[in-house]
Amino acid sequence: MVQSLDTREEIIQVATQPYVLNIGPHHPSTHGVFHLRTVLDGEVIVDAEILIGYLHRGIEKLAETRTYTQVIPLTDRFDYLASMTNNLAYCLAVEKLAGIEVPERAQYLRVILAELMRASSHVMSLGFLMNDLGSLFTPLFLAAREREKMLDLFEMLSGQRLLYNFMRIGGVSQDATDLFLFKARQFVDQMPMYLNEIDQLLTENEVFRVRAEGTGALSAEDAINFSCSGPVLRACGVDRDIRRDDPYLIYDRFDFDVITCQNGDNYDRYRVRLGEIWQSLRILDQALRDIPSGEVQAKHPHFLRPPVGEAFSRIEAPKGELGFYLVSDNSIAPYRFHVRSSTLINLTPLSKMLIGWKLADAILTLGSIDIVLGEIDR
Amino acid sequence: MDIALFSLEELDALMEEADKHSSTEVVELMAKSQQPIPDDLDWLDEEPRNQILGWGQSNSPWGVNFGLACCAFEMMSSAFSRFDQSRFGMEIMRPSPRQADFMIIAGTVSWKMAPRVRRVYDAMAEPKWVIAMGACAISGGTFASSYAVVPGVNRILPVDVYVPGCPPRPEALIQGFLQMRNKIRLAKQK
Amino acid sequence: MTIALNTHDVAEEITKRIPDAVEEVSNNYILVKGQSLYSVSQFLKDSPSLYFDYLNCIVGTDYIDYIEVVYILESYKHNSTITLKARAYGRDNPTLPSVVALWAGADFQEREIFDLLGVTFTGHPKMKRIFLWEDFEGYPLRRDFL
Repeated sequence: MVQSLDTREEIIQVATQPYVLNIGPHHPSTHGVFHLRTVLDGEVIVDAEILIGYLHRGIEKLAETRTYTQVIPLTDRFDYLASMTNNLAYCLAVEKLAGIEVPERAQYLRVILAELMRASSHVMSLGFLMNDLGSLFTPLFLAAREREKMLDLFEMLSGQRLLYNFMRIGGVSQDATDLFLFKARQFVDQMPMYLNEIDQLLTENEVFRVRAEGTGALSAEDAINFSCSGPVLRACGVDRDIRRDDPYLIYDRFDFDVITCQNGDNYDRYRVRLGEIWQSLRILDQALRDIPSGEVQAKHPHFLRPPVGEAFSRIEAPKGELGFYLVSDNSIAPYRFHVRSSTLINLTPLSKMLIGWKLADAILTLGSIDIVLGEIDR
Repeated sequence: MDIALFSLEELDALMEEADKHSSTEVVELMAKSQQPIPDDLDWLDEEPRNQILGWGQSNSPWGVNFGLACCAFEMMSSAFSRFDQSRFGMEIMRPSPRQADFMIIAGTVSWKMAPRVRRVYDAMAEPKWVIAMGACAISGGTFASSYAVVPGVNRILPVDVYVPGCPPRPEALIQGFLQMRNKIRLAKQK
Repeated sequence: MTIALNTHDVAEEITKRIPDAVEEVSNNYILVKGQSLYSVSQFLKDSPSLYFDYLNCIVGTDYIDYIEVVYILESYKHNSTITLKARAYGRDNPTLPSVVALWAGADFQEREIFDLLGVTFTGHPKMKRIFLWEDFEGYPLRRDFL
């Protein structure tokens, strides 16, 4: 005879023991060599510790032995998914230090390339986010298809698919042909089709909403206290975008919106990134229309010797606020080269965002912060 | 039933011990890897060998993806639909080393990561091959003079195919696969 | 536009509250003494007219006689920024007070300065190496590291 649970006399006590689970460093979902050591009680995370340094290459020390122009290919290797933005931030810092003016056409080209990089980085980030959720490979392959179109554009300009080394101190290294501008215009016109496809498939998808809404939430005060920046900060409701609040290059001539959301959970970060791709297309449209002709690189001595001093300049990179701090002692190599890396600082509240959630949510939260190990470990 | 239960403080102490152990592993591996492991130049099998085994082993090798840095994205691009590598037999990249035939080291290996690379290599079952992809895995690349980078992954593992580039194009990586498949088909049985 | 505040005005305000804290003022930065770093930071964060609630970046540089740590602070409310510096003397065990209690974003950056330059931040909950392995000898970003 089967007894119902209400009439059973003895109650069994189950003792649980917290155990340590190492996620990484060699793991298919951690976006690189990232080690997350979690203490689990059943399936719920009780404590999480971040261990990094598995890709530490000592770039800051290496940069002290190279001239200012030779450091540019080293800066490519930080955020290797959007590598021209790293070049750009570094060149802006050196131009601030040495007082070099950039010609008009070079400014427009820099804006066009920066926005194309933002679109390509966000598209890949959305693809990998879906991978982390478990919808293996279909959205990722769609995202990769779009990214290949952008990589074709970059290859037309610089000859490389991934690590371009294209920006120079005082401008860009080569002029863009009319064919490039024509193909870029074609790309801007056909990208909305893909974005609508993604919107239809994912934004109102019930499975995605149930898993992503509410998990990994971060409040606005916490985000400011933990020095977060970029989409992580804007998803919490803080209205801050360096392109609008502290404009560099010629962003004050363009018309675009800053996308913010309310809750700061994984679903909001997805929506902020998707919205930013739309705004990038808007800026690209305006820049491709208005680009003037002219020179593309300002003249400066071959071995640049900036005056003694220091400079800090930052840009709105796709992953957050990327800054470079340079100290010069009037020699041909920088005295100190430091990267204010957006992803390392965005990782600081990760333990707080994970405690209390389940293990499956941890992978999703890590994916939605969108880390790149090259920038974290340098 | 009596189970030993650890409290959170004891777990903390155990984790610190684990950190110390992993750090000693790095120092020991550094001391052992002062010279590169010489390449095996005598691999071609002159005698008539078992052609069926060679054909079988070479036609669909599955690899462990060990993507460390920028080269990992070109490796993934060769798996996506434009440069489809599954037409060459590389259908799936297994995350687990026990299920893999070969390993692609794509990216810079730092000394802190080196014991883990060695451990994944040791966990693979024989016969196994290694492809070193990109300048950083071949010789340290642009970071060769740095204090924290292994100057070439052949200090810690024997390498079979070197694919140069920074990063190599997906077509170059596919050429590397085809060379490795030739080597598997024609090499002496291990 | 993010305005860089006039350092002389801000230094005057700091000296009114915490006398004897500011060592040197230039057009770009304010140099404070190591021991008074925490109290100056607290004043800069809490004062309603300045309200520096966002710590942008902490950088350390080795200038052989001393190691200089630069704090770049920003205020989102007033859209302004200021640069604060502190020096840690001595090669054997330079120390500075930690500001993690005020801005939690200083966590990984202070550990990085400890790892690569050797400056200990007192009051930090977990002063351990972050990028290099624990048995690594030396501090790579120092000028006398081979």
